[in-house]
Amino acid sequence: MRAVRRVTGRALPLGRADVDTDQIIPAHWLKRVERTGYGAGLFEAWRRDPAFVMNDPRYADASILIAGANFGSGSSREHAIWALEEAGFRAVIAPRLADIFRANCLKSGLVPVEIEAEAVANLLRLVERDPRAEITVDVERRSVEAPGVRASFALDDHARTRLIQGLDDIAVTLAHADEITTFESSRAAWLPSIRD
Amino acid sequence: MTARTLAEKVWDQHVVRRIAGEPDLLYIDLHLVHEVTSPQAFEGLRLAKRTVRRPDLTLATMDHNVPTTAATPADDISQKQMEAMARNASEFGVRLYPMGAPEQGIVHVISPQLGLTEPGMTIVCGDSHTSTHGAFGAIAFGIGTSDVEHVLATQTLWADRPGTMAVIVEGDLPHGVWAKDVILGIIARIGVSGGVGRIIEYRGSAIHALSMEGRMTVCNMSIEAGARAGMIAPDDTTFAYVEKRRHAPKGADWQRALDEWRALPTDDGARFDREVRIDASELRPYVSWGTNPSQTVTIDGHVPDPDSLEPTQREAAGRALRYMDLRAGTAIRDIAVDTVFLGSCTNARIEDLRVAGDIVRGRKVMSGVRALVVPGSMLVKAQAEREGLDRVFRDAGFEWRDAGCSMCLGMNPDILGPGERCASTSNRNFEGRQGPGGRTHLVSPAVAAATAIAGHFALPEDL
Ligand code: SF4
Repeated sequence: MRAVRRVTGRALPLGRADVDTDQIIPAHWLKRVERTGYGAGLFEAWRRDPAFVMNDPRYADASILIAGANFGSGSSREHAIWALEEAGFRAVIAPRLADIFRANCLKSGLVPVEIEAEAVANLLRLVERDPRAEITVDVERRSVEAPGVRASFALDDHARTRLIQGLDDIAVTLAHADEITTFESSRAAWLPSIRD
Repeated sequence: MTARTLAEKVWDQHVVRRIAGEPDLLYIDLHLVHEVTSPQAFEGLRLAKRTVRRPDLTLATMDHNVPTTAATPADDISQKQMEAMARNASEFGVRLYPMGAPEQGIVHVISPQLGLTEPGMTIVCGDSHTSTHGAFGAIAFGIGTSDVEHVLATQTLWADRPGTMAVIVEGDLPHGVWAKDVILGIIARIGVSGGVGRIIEYRGSAIHALSMEGRMTVCNMSIEAGARAGMIAPDDTTFAYVEKRRHAPKGADWQRALDEWRALPTDDGARFDREVRIDASELRPYVSWGTNPSQTVTIDGHVPDPDSLEPTQREAAGRALRYMDLRAGTAIRDIAVDTVFLGSCTNARIEDLRVAGDIVRGRKVMSGVRALVVPGSMLVKAQAEREGLDRVFRDAGFEWRDAGCSMCLGMNPDILGPGERCASTSNRNFEGRQGPGGRTHLVSPAVAAATAIAGHFALPEDL
């Protein structure tokens, strides 16, 4: 997992509330066998509309997504995170993120930022007025800063350390590799092995 | 030492790391892999430049997508998933039994057959019916793709220790009542969330009188009762099944293993979080009428009137009857079927095929009924052919297929058409499970066989 201490960049003002995982990445993308290649599926249906904000070239290199409440509801598909990351997003800001979506964000290093609705509205206004406005999401200080906007967000210590150090679940476990090896040396020799 | 349950003993034996307030890090003795839930896990390893920690404890097969007859080849996407499985297995050094291999079959059928499933183990697979392996006194449960990747990389899993629950079935099963009826009866009693957050231990004389095949059928559907897993304490029936199988301990090791296995059963005085008692003599052959596995009645019964049910179940029952196109009050025996499916990891082992074969021998499938036998593995198929069961089924008008999940789920070429009604030995009767618009009735192999001959739900004695 990519380590992320701070995300500074432009933002895409999506704004909409209740965006579910089927909108983020439609089900037919789930038939793929790869872990990559989902970027083109992000908001696939909406992107067919030339007026959709993501088609506005002024937001082309946004790395922060600003959404409405309850972003990421619906299925537990991790493909939604993979699609956002491949499209260049490193943080998602919303008044509230769906639970499983938020947990999945932490599994792969996309920073989940939940701040008050008013602050989200201010950010949206700022970015809509000035697409080049820079926003900083600081994981270490658990804060969001932009011209005229300051907010802090909740992130438990465990999750914060993992983001900063770039530790995914597997990396965390592999830090205990010695204990696993010790356990293995005590396993009964007669336990089945595919190699026998 | 405090008295412990079977589940607690097996769990405690596998804890690598325990910190109060956090999940346990649990060692996994056997990781079963199939083509549908593993591709992104392997891709994740590749992207992070990780390897499979214990290829010797990892076994892959192809079952969900495989066509069971050359007449209906796999679609492109299924083909790609199978190719990815083959590529991943060879790149990461994992043993694979692909389509065409003599050992290929449904993952939960092949592992016990090969002697890989043994008492006291921890077993996981990216498939919810992994609970099947609990029949041997193992802790076995399904996991998602992220956890598949985690187990591949570390051979461990972070997991909260589940609660305990005993379902005690005492007495003798009436004639014509099989393991499938036992578990359908249990689910009817405790409901589809009766086991949530717990490992069910099935106990009592009726459970221990079952063969290993029967015990696997019971544990298989633990997940339909909402449980994390199901288990049965190992006994002489278990040991006799495991002994001499390909991967079973041999010689002095066998004795060592037996000594450990004999210490596994729940201690006297151990307490379960919940206990349910069922009188075996009250169980009957069941047929599901609805769209969840607790919606069942005995074969002598009638489709229920939703208004006669608990208020909380009425709406779901009404919806289920509309989907199933059934009218309240209809006798179960008066319901005609289009298809009979004898297969799946619930009921496609050799004993299931023998029971069904005895019923159809010398008889004919009712005209207009499509009847399929899909052995759970190619080894089951070969065994059945040695016993002449293929002839028995073919002569009666059944199709005799190759091994796979087949019509258990609408993912491969074997599917129900919209509105088609099926007597099925599988485990899920959800809307569309066997194909969009398909209508599934869960039954035992005996009822499935008799139903194929009669053309409507029937017991062998009705023929
Ligand atoms: S037979 Fe059905 S329940 Fe069993 S593994 Fe295959 S799809 Fe799952």
